[in-house]
Amino acid sequence: MKAVGLKSPPRRAPKKLATDADLRALQRMMMHALVQPLTADDDLAPTWRDGRPMAEVAAEFIKPNERLTAFERLQIYSRSYWFRLIDCVYDDSPGLRALLGEERFGVLVRAYLAKYPSRSFTLRNLSGRLAQFIREEPRWTQPRTALAHAIARFEWAQTVAFDGEARPVLTPDDLGGTPPTKLRLALQPYISLIATEWPVDDYVLAVKQRDALRSEASNAVDRAPRVAANKKVPLPRRAKIYIVVHRYQHTLYYKRVEAPAFRMLEALAAGKSLAHGVAAAGPRVKAEQVRDWFATWMELGWFARR
Amino acid sequence: MPANRFNGFTDYGIGLGLRVPHYQHILEKKPTCDWFEIISENFMVDGGRPLHVLDQILEQYRVVQHGVSMYFGSADKPDRAHLKKLKALVKRTKTPWLSDHLCWGSVDGTYTHDLLPMPYTFSAARRTAEKIKQVRDYLEVPICVENVSSYAEFHVSEMTEWEFLAEVVERADCGILLDVNNIYVSAQNHSFDPYAYVNGVPLDRVAQIHVAGHTKFEKYILDTHDHPVLDPVWKLYAHAIRGAGVTATLLEWDDKIPSFDEVHAEALKANEFIAGARAARLPKSNAPARTSRRAVPTVGR
Repeated sequence: MKAVGLKSPPRRAPKKLATDADLRALQRMMMHALVQPLTADDDLAPTWRDGRPMAEVAAEFIKPNERLTAFERLQIYSRSYWFRLIDCVYDDSPGLRALLGEERFGVLVRAYLAKYPSRSFTLRNLSGRLAQFIREEPRWTQPRTALAHAIARFEWAQTVAFDGEARPVLTPDDLGGTPPTKLRLALQPYISLIATEWPVDDYVLAVKQRDALRSEASNAVDRAPRVAANKKVPLPRRAKIYIVVHRYQHTLYYKRVEAPAFRMLEALAAGKSLAHGVAAAGPRVKAEQVRDWFATWMELGWFARR
Repeated sequence: MPANRFNGFTDYGIGLGLRVPHYQHILEKKPTCDWFEIISENFMVDGGRPLHVLDQILEQYRVVQHGVSMYFGSADKPDRAHLKKLKALVKRTKTPWLSDHLCWGSVDGTYTHDLLPMPYTFSAARRTAEKIKQVRDYLEVPICVENVSSYAEFHVSEMTEWEFLAEVVERADCGILLDVNNIYVSAQNHSFDPYAYVNGVPLDRVAQIHVAGHTKFEKYILDTHDHPVLDPVWKLYAHAIRGAGVTATLLEWDDKIPSFDEVHAEALKANEFIAGARAARLPKSNAPARTSRRAVPTVGR
């Protein structure tokens, strides 16, 4: 699998570093060695991309010492790279892990990172393309790809809600006398709107509660918590739901909304006018209901000035 | 050199790395701690709880920023979006100096999130120094570079690691965050004398010192930051401050993190060596009666 964003390394490691281009060539060489997936035994891959033994390639640019070969020294970094990144996605994805099981999850994450190595200075963004990857390569999650995709989207939305940008909250005064046909609102950037075929919110919450019990049970004396802690969380049953993942006073929340309210929020998020948003909610929705929703959303600070 | 132009002429004492498991304790109990070092990247976010916590910490404590992803030694140019976020954080924290590592870890925009060793060459030193100057000019804050622990060396290297460090900091005219644990780890992994390293760096540029624990494996030592500081590292620390002067010191403990009090107690062990260094450096007669912040830690700020 070709890693997205990586540029080809030189055929041979530079023998001298005279220029910036030489430095880049050496760094590309090492980068390619590190991001190459580990073997099943978590060793550095034995073969370089052109078919040469990795040991030969490593020896081109890394010195051995009296205890370690060049290959072994490179392997320390390769393992460190993979373990660090896998740990990070692992922490971001308790629901996906529970769905797939530890082993399949591990295989998925390695495939994901092999295709999408980090393109950001911060590990916070590492799982940002996982949902996309699951859709692009369903073989790693079959036969539960759609559910895995929904969970991955939901878990990424939590990262966004945790530390995403908050713009100045819209106040009733800001609404002024703007007619609904002209009034355009923006949703806070930390908010994600998720329509899904499964109650992934309940599922992920149940997984987190079980994991918390597991953690407590490791120190518990009585048996009851251990039983609860080892229980498998039942898979969610199909049911169309609409979730707004948001935060309030620095705490993360998932709020379910009705379909018409969701349609209205989607329309507003897309830059439509308030009148258009109300229309998107549907003809059966009463004005009083829209007022209630809107009051709640304003109170939660969901809107920002556009 | 307790206060110099590389640490903004501050005289900070013994600090701790600010870590999530300690947030609640710090915010509720407001324990005495001379200063906290934050990992810049953890707070280079657009909003939410991390910045809320940071603002509360800033109300009570002095904070210094330490980065892990500037990659001064990378062939890539500094990333403007990264720098913009970092500058916003610098303004928020008012950090008197900012440190990051003398290493590389990304190329062509792909990141390893690791601190990879440099090839110790003159051309790499020139390139790295240029990048440090660019970052300093943009951020408008003194920059210190930290020596990393390493497990590999390159054939193309033309000098020792400490010669490379000296070459870079002299060219960039920047400070040094001297990590004595990293020196010890690398000395074991590459069979050099850690004291030769300390003696070989321009100690007048040392603005801060790191101490930490490490883990020994059969064929190498790994910089794990999950243990108390081991005796050989404390001895090297004592040697470093005899040469550099009593300098802002920080304990890094990043994994298997014990209680705040335990980590703080470990950090305060540095006081024993600081007392020794002061006695060794000051002339017996007319020694100035200098009162250090370290001797009388302030509550909160």
